[in-house]
Amino acid sequence: MVEELLHSQAGILNFGIFFLLAVVLLFVILGFVTYAILAERKVMGFMQLRQGPNQVGGRWGLLQTVADVLKLLLKEDTIPKLADKPLFIIAPVIAFAPSFIVMAAIPFTDKFQFADLGVGLLYYVAISGLTTIGMLTGGWASNNKYALLGGMRAAAQMISYEIPLVMSVIGIVLLTGSLNLNDIVAAQENVWYIVLQPVAFIIFLIASVAELNRVPFDLPEAENELVAGFHVEYSGFRWAMFMLAEYVYIFAMASLTTVLFLGGWHPLFSFLGFIPGAVWFALKFMCVFFLLLWFRSTFPRIRADKLMEFAWKILLPIALANIFLTAIIKEILNLF
Amino acid sequence: MLRTEEMLLNVGPQHPSTHGVFRLVLKIDGETIVEAKPVIGYLHRGTEKLAEDLQYTQIIPYTDRMDYVSAMTNNYVICHAVETMMDIQVPERAEYLRVIAMELGRVASHLVWFGTFLLDLGATSPLLYAFRERESIINLLNELSGARLTFNYMRVGGVKWDAPEGWVDKVREFVPYMREQLKGYHSLVTGNEIFTNRVIGVGTYTKEDALNYSLSGANLRCTGVKWDLRKDEPYSIYDRFDFDVPVRETGDAWARYHVRLDEIEESLKILEQACEQFPAEGAILAKVPKIIKAPKGEAFVRIESPRGEIGCYIASDGKKEPYRLKFRRPSFYNLQILPKLLEGETISNLISILGAVDIILGEVDG
Repeated sequence: MVEELLHSQAGILNFGIFFLLAVVLLFVILGFVTYAILAERKVMGFMQLRQGPNQVGGRWGLLQTVADVLKLLLKEDTIPKLADKPLFIIAPVIAFAPSFIVMAAIPFTDKFQFADLGVGLLYYVAISGLTTIGMLTGGWASNNKYALLGGMRAAAQMISYEIPLVMSVIGIVLLTGSLNLNDIVAAQENVWYIVLQPVAFIIFLIASVAELNRVPFDLPEAENELVAGFHVEYSGFRWAMFMLAEYVYIFAMASLTTVLFLGGWHPLFSFLGFIPGAVWFALKFMCVFFLLLWFRSTFPRIRADKLMEFAWKILLPIALANIFLTAIIKEILNLF
Repeated sequence: MLRTEEMLLNVGPQHPSTHGVFRLVLKIDGETIVEAKPVIGYLHRGTEKLAEDLQYTQIIPYTDRMDYVSAMTNNYVICHAVETMMDIQVPERAEYLRVIAMELGRVASHLVWFGTFLLDLGATSPLLYAFRERESIINLLNELSGARLTFNYMRVGGVKWDAPEGWVDKVREFVPYMREQLKGYHSLVTGNEIFTNRVIGVGTYTKEDALNYSLSGANLRCTGVKWDLRKDEPYSIYDRFDFDVPVRETGDAWARYHVRLDEIEESLKILEQACEQFPAEGAILAKVPKIIKAPKGEAFVRIESPRGEIGCYIASDGKKEPYRLKFRRPSFYNLQILPKLLEGETISNLISILGAVDIILGEVDG
């Protein structure tokens, strides 16, 4: 259906349909974010001998996040007196908008995808890089020293880790021969790329955690060092925007990991094919998400001065070696 | 060339990693610290001055609030000082109760340090595991003294309350449980690459520095100086127990981490032996006059608290209040090396260095 729509004429009706679909996706994502936060708190509670939320919305705290968001919306909107006001206001928007835009390129199932782009992978990486600007702007506009340090860290970190992230997936691009995410999933029908490209998977995972600013790479907002980093002066719904962006990126990144390495909507074994693709996608996606939560409750934070070293001196050379090896093996296989 | 400026950054008094109300004024160049100036005194309550108007028994609750993470050793040092002046012989059973209480306190204190240090480094879970074990200790001490944090348990000449029935057995059961948990800490944290990266070679100082700055406790022992008052100047009944003084040679945060975790094990050894030797019968309070008057003169005693050497100096003119009371508060002395350690470090190392020193602000400010 989406396929037809994408190639149909521009018009009010088609616009309306697209708009409606976008709203549906927005709600799916918001629903995910709501329960991702709850899941995070529950899982961490479980790992840390605590209960987690258990008051609002029954024993499982099902409405806790809703209540939290409502509280944030009702909070007084404070802007520091000496802040750069226009930048301060626009920063959360800059951070949030790209996180939603990247969703367009991700194929959730073979039917459900908004834009079947030829360069889907590049599109994702390029757009997600924009969020850094939002963080840097927020850190700068707050006129707070901790925020500035956090913003600087965010910029340095996200630019550095973008490179190994892209380099790690080049191996996959070589194997598939396409940047199109649909083609990449289709190529994994028999064997997932996590098997063919294990090194790339590990690099991608590490770099993606760094991109997401999550433990152990949560330096831009390191609460024990920089109090809250770039969003230290933000409160209420502006802060919620930053948080929302962060969780939408988790959604996006977990989806991308599923698409690139875990075979997207393909079933684990072909005889399990009767289970719909969406379910498979969700299952794999959940595994990736759980991994992130697990990291969060296990690891300490990496040292800020080792961060760059790790990206440039360790991840990047390994990623390059992986590309080189993949290329050679592919050529050798092509000979026979 | 771009013109760059140094920035003045105020860390604290309201900051998640300063463990209270400690303030550091940093001059930073990017993330590198050019100069660090500690500012203390936000929690100063004038314990020493207040004590001049208080009777000796009344001073004890004030000592609880100095090093509130290990109140038992503070209780002991003031009682010990007065007992030394008055030449009081403390009953056997009271001594054992004191030692068990102090060693439990030491384990609890190191657990708090372990948890908060890891929390400073960004790991959230170890804190909760450490506090689970601490909770059992607190419960034990609660049964003993009726309080969870500020125990006010010791008195001049003995202790206030006798151990409830079966209490010693509970302590005995706690020892193997704690040993088991310690293994878990090691497997969760000690081998972690990210953790070792943050502590090995961070905040290193030499033996000479440590001695010159008058550091004590784990901060001294991490440089290879084998000095523990429990061993070297045994007070109370510590000469009856067989235990080791853990030392490390490297003098960095990593060494301090290991010294403290090893000390927990040594404390467990002491607890085990103390429970074994615990006298079944006996008084818990020596015969002391109703109103305690230290004889004219002065005395200084020092003992090993979890943070280092805590000392108590009393000058008395024979009245029921001390003429002058002074505590040698180990955190205060241990803190003095900080500006030297911080120079040229980055902000993320600042957190590990400050955390590894293990300061308690109540004690620093007195």
